[in-house]
Amino acid sequence: MALARVVDLEGSGPRLPGAAMAVAEDGEVAGSVSGGCVEGAVVVEALEVLATGERRMVAFGYSDDEAFAVGLTCGGTIHLFLEPLDW
Amino acid sequence: MSDEMDGLFDRFAGLLADEIPCALATVVDGPGVGQKLLVRRTHRDGHEVDGTLGDDDLDRVVTRDALGELSAGRSGVRHYGERGEARENAVSVFIESFAAPPRMLVFGAVDFTAALVRVAKVLGYRITVCDAREVFATRQRFPLADEVVVDWPDRLLAQVGPDLRRRDAVCVLTHDVKFDVPAIVGALATAVGYIGVMGSRRTHADRLGRLREAGVTDEAIARLRSPIGLDIGARTPEETAISIVSEIIALRTGRSAQALSTTDGPIHD
Repeated sequence: MALARVVDLEGSGPRLPGAAMAVAEDGEVAGSVSGGCVEGAVVVEALEVLATGERRMVAFGYSDDEAFAVGLTCGGTIHLFLEPLDW
Repeated sequence: MSDEMDGLFDRFAGLLADEIPCALATVVDGPGVGQKLLVRRTHRDGHEVDGTLGDDDLDRVVTRDALGELSAGRSGVRHYGERGEARENAVSVFIESFAAPPRMLVFGAVDFTAALVRVAKVLGYRITVCDAREVFATRQRFPLADEVVVDWPDRLLAQVGPDLRRRDAVCVLTHDVKFDVPAIVGALATAVGYIGVMGSRRTHADRLGRLREAGVTDEAIARLRSPIGLDIGARTPEETAISIVSEIIALRTGRSAQALSTTDGPIHD
């Protein structure tokens, strides 16, 4: 299982630091880290973390030039820490 | 991961299950990424530490900061040097606080109380219902309450009052001066952040007179939210409960409680 946690927030964001989401190897998900904007992308990142065993920081923000890219629509940026639940 | 981290998650989950306040510090950037320190207070001045961030000095500094964050109920990232030096950026540590839930004391075991207990439970309050009348203050009537106490409000407040903080709430729903005056006087003697008192405008005016007779100052009276709740036109116990908890949130955040569609500016601070 991998754990993704909101650790930092810049500007407006739906969830405060501490919001967390767990992703199992089979893709089963519990919890959430935003208002549903980035969860799909977090699952992909979490499965990579499970595959490699490597921890990582991931940021999601809003970008004007990539209107269809994954991001928060509210204008803020969230920083997530992803790690395997191996502790 | 170092050996100190073996089984740390289980010990952490155990503290959460037992509702023991703790803070979990995790290196999210820099050397030792993923290393963890689990910190909790044991008594007024003592604390217990589990795990390590990989350096004794860093552990010491982060333990101090984590205890501070836990007291404030805050979570966030802090930056340190590799040995815990201030004003350096080599290591980023996410400190996450798992504080005890806020408390709500509800005086008066009435139907409005039952609805308020249900709604406040959704917000995570640890709720005590108190009424001196044994037939009304029963567990069956308030199954979601954490505690149902048959006692006088002033006696309960003498006991738990010193532990109440800004984030806690006292709601006086008794509609009976025998109970509500001692409940209000007792609540005003604490540091509780919200004191709401139910009653019509007429009851409210009458109650103010009785409070002044009991020696309560205007300054203290200004702390009261009476009549209780926001003006959303609530009629049923459930609607009234929503209006009460909305007022508690707005008081904490200092926001206007207007419809967002009629205001501009940021939605959250």
